[in-house]
Amino acid sequence: MMNFFKRKKSASSAKERLQLVLVHDRTDLTPAQLDDLKDDLLKAISQYIEIDPDAVRIELERDGRSQRLVADIPLRSTSRHRAG
Amino acid sequence: MTAQVITVTSGKGGVGKTTAVANLAAALAMDGKKVVCIDGDIGLRNLDVVMGLENRIVYDIVDVIEGRCKLKQAMIRDKHYPDLYLIPAAQTRDKNAVSPSDMVRICKDLRADSDFVVIDSPAGIERGFRNAIAAADRVLVVTNPEVSAVRDADRVVGILEAEEKGTPSLIINRLNSNLVKNNDMLSAEDVLDLLGIHLLGIVPEDEAVLIGSNRGAPVVTNGKSRAGQAFRNIAKRLQGQDVPFMDLDQQGGLWSAIQRLAGRK
Repeated sequence: MMNFFKRKKSASSAKERLQLVLVHDRTDLTPAQLDDLKDDLLKAISQYIEIDPDAVRIELERDGRSQRLVADIPLRSTSRHRAG
Repeated sequence: MTAQVITVTSGKGGVGKTTAVANLAAALAMDGKKVVCIDGDIGLRNLDVVMGLENRIVYDIVDVIEGRCKLKQAMIRDKHYPDLYLIPAAQTRDKNAVSPSDMVRICKDLRADSDFVVIDSPAGIERGFRNAIAAADRVLVVTNPEVSAVRDADRVVGILEAEEKGTPSLIINRLNSNLVKNNDMLSAEDVLDLLGIHLLGIVPEDEAVLIGSNRGAPVVTNGKSRAGQAFRNIAKRLQGQDVPFMDLDQQGGLWSAIQRLAGRK
């Protein structure tokens, strides 16, 4: 019953923190550099197509020992689509 | 004979590399294999005391490299297992006294006349580590279920892959199943998921390991020790045998006690 008043167990935070740290260690990218990369990516895409910046999700994901940059970039629906 | 050269490394210090080398080597010797250990930690010699051979050292690995003795003269025979040998590190020299090609040459000579060569790598990713992996056919990474050890292990795995040494196998050392049960220690599954490499064995935390080191008698010689059992199992896996992982739930509880009595475990 005391568990209700305890903080989250430490093994979970160890795992979450390590997941983040390992991704950055393996890619040699700091969180700040990753943010810059995201900004540049969005800027480049925005030159061609209108996107919804608030719904964008760009993350480094682990898949076994390999990393991938996963981007989910919803497009903003434009009047042209509706007119068609 | 063509020995398999196995290097034990970790990145972080103090996770139990030397203990693992002493125990795996002794367990392989118990299985009748001819084993030569090499202490790769030049300047910080340690494997000799853990194996209880510190009083027998005459020559060391740098003496071999610099031609002051023959390879055989630097091989110290174990007290209990006549087919177990140690080539000690030099204590008074710096790590630059040995090069990767020296290690390749020594291991080439040892291969012809033994079943296993087990190399104890120093901590870190510097020269001593490079020396230790130079001749390896297989690399074992030792880690503890603890954030800094896992992070360093991941770095080492990345370097080994970049050097095309292949993906190493993992030994998780000092797992405390009570802490894991309370979710206050990373579980073996957590560590495996984070590192993404093949698991060779899990060694439970066990006071008998320290007691064995104190006496210079590796814990594999203690039939009652669970860590000893874990190391003996890993040694069998190194010989290609399929040994199931131990049940690390030491508390056991009533149900597993009943299962044990019923012979199901």
